[in-house]
Parts: sequence; structure tokens; C-alpha cells
Amino acid sequence: MNINHHPDETTILSYAAGTLDEAFAVIISCHLQICSTCREAVKTAELIGGSHLEQSEEAPLSQGSFGRLLEKISVEPQAENTHAQSSASQSNETNQAALNPEWSELPLALQSYLTTNIDEIKWKRLAPGVSHHPIKLSENANSSLRLLRIAKGKQMPEHGHNGHELTLILQGAYKDKFGTFAKGDIADLDDDVEHQPKVISDEDCICLAATEAPTKFKSLLGRILQPIVGI
Amino acid sequence: MYVQYKSVPTRRVDVTKNETTDHHKLLELIALNRDKKAFEQLFIYFAPRVKAVLMKQSSDANTAEDLMQETMLTVWNKADKFSKYRGSVSAWIFTIARNKRIDGYRKQGTKHYLDIEDIELTDDAMGSEEILISNERDKMVTDISNTLPIEQKEIIEMSFVKELSQTEISKKLGIPLGTVKSRMRLAYEKIRKSVEEAL
Ligand SMILES: [Zn+2]
Repeated sequence: MNINHHPDETTILSYAAGTLDEAFAVIISCHLQICSTCREAVKTAELIGGSHLEQSEEAPLSQGSFGRLLEKISVEPQAENTHAQSSASQSNETNQAALNPEWSELPLALQSYLTTNIDEIKWKRLAPGVSHHPIKLSENANSSLRLLRIAKGKQMPEHGHNGHELTLILQGAYKDKFGTFAKGDIADLDDDVEHQPKVISDEDCICLAATEAPTKFKSLLGRILQPIVGI
Repeated sequence: MYVQYKSVPTRRVDVTKNETTDHHKLLELIALNRDKKAFEQLFIYFAPRVKAVLMKQSSDANTAEDLMQETMLTVWNKADKFSKYRGSVSAWIFTIARNKRIDGYRKQGTKHYLDIEDIELTDDAMGSEEILISNERDKMVTDISNTLPIEQKEIIEMSFVKELSQTEISKKLGIPLGTVKSRMRLAYEKIRKSVEEAL
């Protein structure tokens, strides 16, 4: 996969710190699977976390803390008779699929959220040529995640955005003033960015989109659909 | 014999630079020999720190103790995967604790943070030179972080120690989100540059 668009550095930093909300973190995780550049960037940011950990003060542990941990270790099946050599080769085999730098059916991070493959998804039509599939997140999530499907050749009307938005292309490609976005690319958009994307692939363009809150998506939708449906 | 173990000292002698090299060594002993003594040494150093960091992030002492235990259990179970992460031991343990904290409130069965060591291809043991470079980077990140202008340092600490989002930081400090981002970017670029130069 040839990746040309990566998340903003501030998004990488927040991911590493663990402060991105669920929808955004899912998208970054999907991208990391196929982008070694961003994996390195995340690891650099994680060094900051490690450095804070080393410099941290020490909290008193509860009585017999290590002893309790050792008891857990001896009942963990994984820890029983584990020989490093065999466990290493075992994990190698079981991870073969995961080691593939390409996504197989779906990006790993998305697999736990979807019960079907992309081809079997039930799409809900929003407007001619535009449909979506909302993805259920944890109850306390402060963000919203959905698959968007835009028909080939479709030109979206010019629209702005409200709050932080991340879009990851899973299939097909679109073009706007920021360039061409194809499979694996991320559009990391902020407030007050206006664009007019057009699908340029031979197939429909499917992306995974994170917005800050469901209402933000509705307002975005309003702006996208207004010229189409004439409301 | 380990059941008799009573309590873990919560104070320790000051950190010497050699200790980071030792952390690599300890982790290797755990991975190769399932060495419980090595694990105990790693525990003595990291467990009180992991717990302190978790407590700063709004966990009460009991939750922090539980999450710390889960973190250290994962360190034991995944010690052989560390070579795939290819980084510093403290950064790796930080990511495990971070993911445990996040797992605590996510939807059952879903996983939105990726374990990098699960997808990396390389799994040769880190050579002594690589460990040296890794330690050098570690030291640099600490040095650079400590010399950042106060307004950048503050934002980095709010992100990594208090785990506040960009929006939360902007509200708390009463500054525009754009300012939070530009300070983050400046800090990160400085750190990234120093890390790349250590190559
Ligand atoms: Zn990338």
C-alpha cells in the first residue's frame, strides 16, 4: 500500500498519550497496522510516556502485592511450562495473518467492531450516491464512528467541518484540494476546513469516519446534503 | 516459596543510568528463563511508579493497584514480545498500563488500541548496540522534556500524566485549541528531532 496522507503530529501524540476518544483511536490503530512511518512516530511519542513513568514518584503498594501477582502467574496457563523457544515460534505462527502489512479482510482494529465483511454490510442510504453504516462504540464514548460509502464519480458539494474529524480510506479514492486520498490514507481535518471531495476511483469509495459527537455528524450531514436534497 | 513473600519496599535508592540497561536484561531473563527473581526486580522498580501514574489519572488506590497488577502480569506474559516493540522498557510498560486503563472502560470485546508488538515483523533479540541506542534516546527524551519551555512542558504533562484530551487542556487552560495544538507540535518536533539524531 502506498500511503501519502498521515495523521497530524498532534493526533499521533494524543494517541500515544491515550487521550484520543474511541472512534479516533480506532482509525489511528487501523492506519498503524499498515504504516510503519506512523508506528515509529507513535513509538517516539511513547518514549515521552516512558520518561514520565521513570521520573514518576512511587505510590505505596498494597500489602503482599508481588506475592499476589506471583499467584496469578502460576495459575496463568500461558505461564505454565512455557519455554521461551516454543512460545516464540508459536506466537509467530498464530500471528502470521496479523504480521501481514496489508489489511486482510478488514483492518485488525475494526474487526472487533464489525460482525461482517465490507461486502456484506447493510448500508443505509442518506442521499443519492451516499450511504453509511454507523458503528456502535462503548457507552461512554464521546465520539462517533461510521463507514461511509460514496458512489463512484460522485462529487460532494463544498462543505465545512465542525470539530476534529478523521477519515480513513478503506476502498477506492477521492480527490479534493488537499490531494488524492486512496486506500490507507488518512484525512485529518480540523474546524473551519472547507473542501469538495470527488470520488475518482472505478469503484465506490468506502471510508471510516470519526467525528467528535453524533450531533457533529448530523450537522456535517446537513451541510453535505443540503444542496442535494434542497432542504 | 514465593507465597511467603511479605511486602515490597516502596522506596529505593536513586536511579543510575545503568538501570535502564538492566531493565532490558531483566526482561530478557523473564522471556528466556521465566526468571521470577528478575521479574521481582522489575516489579520493585516499575510497580510503584505505574500505580502512582494511574492514581494521577483519577483512578482510586484500589483500582490503580488492580490495573498495576494487570499491567505487570502482561509484562510477564508478553516479555518475549518486547523485542518486537523495539524500544525502551519504560515506554513499553507505559503503553501496557495505558492500554489497561483504556480497556477498563471500553465496550466488552472491542479493542481500539493496537499492541504494536503484535504487528511488527522483526523479532530478533535487540543487540547490545541497539539497546545502547535505545537507552541514549531514552535519556535524550527525558533531557529534552525537562528543558521544554514551560508552556509546552505543561501541555505534554497534561497529555501524558493527567491524560487530558486536547479539548480538555484547552478548556482547563482557557486557551484556544489551536494554541494547544501548536504547542504540542513544537514540543513533539523537538523531541522527535533529538530522537532521530540519536540514531
Ligand atoms: Zn501513516
